[in-house]
Amino acid sequence: MKRFLKIYLDKPELAGLALLIVLLAVFQVKSNGVLLSFENVRGVMGLLPEMALVAIGVTILMICGEFDLSVGSVFALMPMSMAVILNSGVPFTAAVLLGLAICAVIGFVNGYVTLQFSIPSFITTLGMLFIARSLTIVISGGFPPLLPSDLPTWLFTDYIWQGALFRMSFVWFVGIAVLAAALLSLTNFGNWIRATGGFNEAAASMGIPVKRVKIICFMLCSVLAGFAGLLQVLRLGSPLPSIGEGLELQAVAAAVIGGTALAGGIGTVFGAIIGTLLIRTIDNGLVLSRVDANWFKFAIGVLTMFAVIANAWMGKMSRKIKVEAHK
Amino acid sequence: MTTPVIECRNLQKWYSGVHALKNVNLTIHPGETVGLVGDNGAGKSTLIKILSGVHHQDSGEVLIEGRKVDLRSPKDAMRHGLETIYQYNSMVPTMSIARNLFIGREPLKWSVFGFGLMDQKRMRAESVQAIADVDLHLRSPDALVGELSGGQRQGVAIARAMHFKSKVLILDEPTNHLSVKETDKVIGFVRGLKAQGLTGIFISHNMQHVFQSCDRIVAMARGEIVFDKPTAATSIDEVHALL
Ligand SMILES: Nc1ncnc2c1ncn2[C@@H]1O[C@H](COP(=O)(O)OP(=O)(O)O)[C@@H](O)[C@H]1O
Ligand SMILES: [Mg+2]
Repeated sequence: MKRFLKIYLDKPELAGLALLIVLLAVFQVKSNGVLLSFENVRGVMGLLPEMALVAIGVTILMICGEFDLSVGSVFALMPMSMAVILNSGVPFTAAVLLGLAICAVIGFVNGYVTLQFSIPSFITTLGMLFIARSLTIVISGGFPPLLPSDLPTWLFTDYIWQGALFRMSFVWFVGIAVLAAALLSLTNFGNWIRATGGFNEAAASMGIPVKRVKIICFMLCSVLAGFAGLLQVLRLGSPLPSIGEGLELQAVAAAVIGGTALAGGIGTVFGAIIGTLLIRTIDNGLVLSRVDANWFKFAIGVLTMFAVIANAWMGKMSRKIKVEAHK
Repeated sequence: MTTPVIECRNLQKWYSGVHALKNVNLTIHPGETVGLVGDNGAGKSTLIKILSGVHHQDSGEVLIEGRKVDLRSPKDAMRHGLETIYQYNSMVPTMSIARNLFIGREPLKWSVFGFGLMDQKRMRAESVQAIADVDLHLRSPDALVGELSGGQRQGVAIARAMHFKSKVLILDEPTNHLSVKETDKVIGFVRGLKAQGLTGIFISHNMQHVFQSCDRIVAMARGEIVFDKPTAATSIDEVHALL
């Protein structure tokens, strides 16, 4: 029993999972069964991959001890630059790769400026939030460029088959989530990410190239955000310059709710997904229960605070159990 | 005469105006445990940081087992068998003992360009063995280092150095912030180095600790080595009088 309790306390994402189940039950009743209906789940599952991919990138970056507030802007900039590049006659694959390369450059700049000038990444990426959003609007030329009608949406956003619950974006999301989770827990690079965020000096003294590790995480985070933006634009069919506004904070909230520590070193991909699911469920559940939609941000705020407090408390409890078991 | 394991020749180091090391010469033979003492700011840590690849000397040279080396990073130093344990402890509290033991030196099942899948089974098994080798008794290699006491952490750090067959273990004030009991444990580890065939450099403020565990005393002041005698040929009072 004690062992079970300790595992539970050590893995805050499981607490998030429990809360998710409770919320699903409550909203299912409140919405008269609409919440878990096929059509509704289908709608939520279309949106989920886009937000979860951003949250996964933010989580990995937070584990290595840094922060990215520019993901919402990068989410908009990537598909916008891709659309502009497409309109200049470049083929789709090349345009996507160029768009993702732009994201990688933004991630690199975020990391380089942060580390080279010892600025908190919170500030660097706040700057990038404005810069990338501004660029998005400037290159859009004031009104969104049209996307060609023959884009391979079957590969990204169409339903897997006619009438399926999931879109192809869900397959991308699952694949990327599995790879990201494997990267963190099975590879030596994952070990370096955790060490760098857990205790930078110790990692450096063991010969880990901490700056390079961080820059790679910054780039990964930006590329994932850009790819998520691509998925949303392909789903909506048009690159709006305003998409992704506020997404950066929701992504951080998802990470924290899923058990990622603000101080670095702690967090999981699974937790990021649970956090995203919780936020999407609350958003959707409130709407379906006909609660004033403005309560959404209130609920996310409370949940975030609660999660941070609960994680700290659970960590303490877990250590106590360990000490008692030792006596 | 055996080849010295470490030989420093005319090491000099400046920190923007501060002359932290002035022509330091130091020869250490295999199996010695050297106690390095001196006031705050004497240059002890600077010397150690050069040996562990954190800083680079402005002039002078370092020889390891008779060969000139260029230590440009902690990795270089580790590759030459020099491992350093700092007062703040070079362990990551949020990671398991097994993962900590292998940071930067993970055994890989397969890899591309140095990145790959860790052999976690081997990491667990070898960390259990390494910890037992230093007479430390811990429940599980999966326990978080943050759950260990300060003394246990230093023990794991020493186990790590031994596991990777380091030739020289450098301990820079490893007992700061530790309780008396924990400190005794760490001093026990230092004493045990010789039996394991390791060379040690032990830095401490506490003369008693150094005299208890080292067989040679080297003292630094204002960036220079001002004293160097076997422990048996000197006394705490003599060293104190000098500093
Ligand atoms: N990173 C640094 N930058 C500037 N000055 C330093 C740095 N590290 C040490 N010093 C200076 O060099 C001198 C020697 O310091 P240190 O080697 O840390 O001495 P100790 O370890 O013997 O107390 C001191 O005057 C200290 O202020
Ligand atoms: Mg010092």
